[in-house]
Amino acid sequence: MALATKPLAGVRADFPVLEREINGHPLVYLDSAATAQKPRQVIETMERFYSYSYGTVHRGVYELGREATEQFEGARERIAAFVGWDPSCSIFTRNATEAINLVAYAWGRHNLGPGDEVLITEMEHHSNIVPWQLACEDTGARLRYLSVGEGGELSLDELDAVLAEGHVKLVAVTHVSNVLGTINPVGEIARRARAAGAVTLVDGAQAVPQLPVDLGAIDADFYAWTGHKALGPTTGLLHGRRELLLEMRPFLSGGHMISRVERDRSSWNELPWKFEAGTNAIAEAIGLGAAIDYLAQIGMEQVREHERELTAYALERLPEIEGITLYGPDDLERRGGVVPFTIEGMHPHDIAELCDREAVCVRAGHHCAQPLMRSLGVGATARASFHVYNVREDVDRLVHALGSAREVFEL
Amino acid sequence: MTDALYRDYILDHYKNPRNFGELEPHDLEFHDHNPLCGDELGVHIVVDDGKVAELRFHGHGCAISQAAASISSDELIGMPVEDVGKLDANWVIDQLGIEISPTRRKCALLSLKVMRGATTGDASWPE
Repeated sequence: MALATKPLAGVRADFPVLEREINGHPLVYLDSAATAQKPRQVIETMERFYSYSYGTVHRGVYELGREATEQFEGARERIAAFVGWDPSCSIFTRNATEAINLVAYAWGRHNLGPGDEVLITEMEHHSNIVPWQLACEDTGARLRYLSVGEGGELSLDELDAVLAEGHVKLVAVTHVSNVLGTINPVGEIARRARAAGAVTLVDGAQAVPQLPVDLGAIDADFYAWTGHKALGPTTGLLHGRRELLLEMRPFLSGGHMISRVERDRSSWNELPWKFEAGTNAIAEAIGLGAAIDYLAQIGMEQVREHERELTAYALERLPEIEGITLYGPDDLERRGGVVPFTIEGMHPHDIAELCDREAVCVRAGHHCAQPLMRSLGVGATARASFHVYNVREDVDRLVHALGSAREVFEL
Repeated sequence: MTDALYRDYILDHYKNPRNFGELEPHDLEFHDHNPLCGDELGVHIVVDDGKVAELRFHGHGCAISQAAASISSDELIGMPVEDVGKLDANWVIDQLGIEISPTRRKCALLSLKVMRGATTGDASWPE
């Protein structure tokens, strides 16, 4: 454990927001699964770019244009290397949601039809549910769900059984659940799906920020994630298999994604720009490059170890709160840094409101996962989630705030 | 300790909500939810002589949404049905008697939203 925390000791000083006090208490930010705070290295990189190197990319003959392009494409290369994928098959999107929509439109609308099935799971975020509902509605394909078991995990046997029926054309699954923290065996799922002739999309929004991710080893056809949960600004990534990206139609169209525009038709730019219509979020991409450099410097193995340690500590301390129910897998090897809970007699919304009185930020609600909430049999939960800047004392502060909340509610 | 938001009577209405449950048979009903947090609330109303004779709320939600439903239910019983549609956001916030921040506004308004939905068919958020 000492090994894990040592390189992280100085990290908190990098996050200006942690200097803040709210309601007379130093800030405890426990909502990184929703969005992560930013280190000054990211903020300063973006400020430097806007101040001294700003220009549009891929067009300018002048020095600013060259610098912007170099920094932008340099960020793409480092981001792609960080997750082990080819930069030319790594597309900048607005966020993970847009990355999934890109696949649902540009691949889904042309490869799905009546008789086909799209297989997702009950633990998906709405961003990996709703695009497939619409794609199925448009194409006549059928949407199916893998269930979430008692321990908050998927069953590979159930996956095999559904695949064996022979209708699944696409499997779309989250790498790490944003509610339960479950780390799914996505490499194994992709392998089984491919053997059954299905394409796989993995939603990695919760995974890339906190786990070492090697997309070459996972070998899914599509992998979507977003920078804002990975200490960076709001820009997303879609990593795709080259053969599929080449044969897909563009998603959004307009400037920059074309090779040549005739009056009636056009031809497309090379990968990845074929899927990047319009002016990119240039500073955001460069800022995400800085965030990735920052995480790489800490080392994702250390980040993972830190999250595991904090999760273990939270799971040890939270049961001290009377009436609390914790959700998610018990096995810390298969669980990321997120702890969902409910307290008998107090709605999650009220829990979050009362935690805020002590400057403890936790999320309350359905976490954009209403089907999962229904299968858990709850309307909503509270949720604490961690990142590199959290410390054990933050968990202590949460426990204290929950105790105070119970007092207000006279429980 | 008296909390500015979670006053004693708010917590009392949350823990012991008045006029909660179902009414069978009923004349009017409506069901809705708060998209932000997934809270759900429904209402059954019995009408007599153009007035709300009886009503029952049902569903689940936070202390603010449940207390708003419970506290206003006594005021709503006996009210002419056509008057319910004229009630606005301030009416229900006054009923609650606490300051409502923008993040909790929809919690406070959900019960009035379903009441107006049941009596007028207008499912928009009260203003």
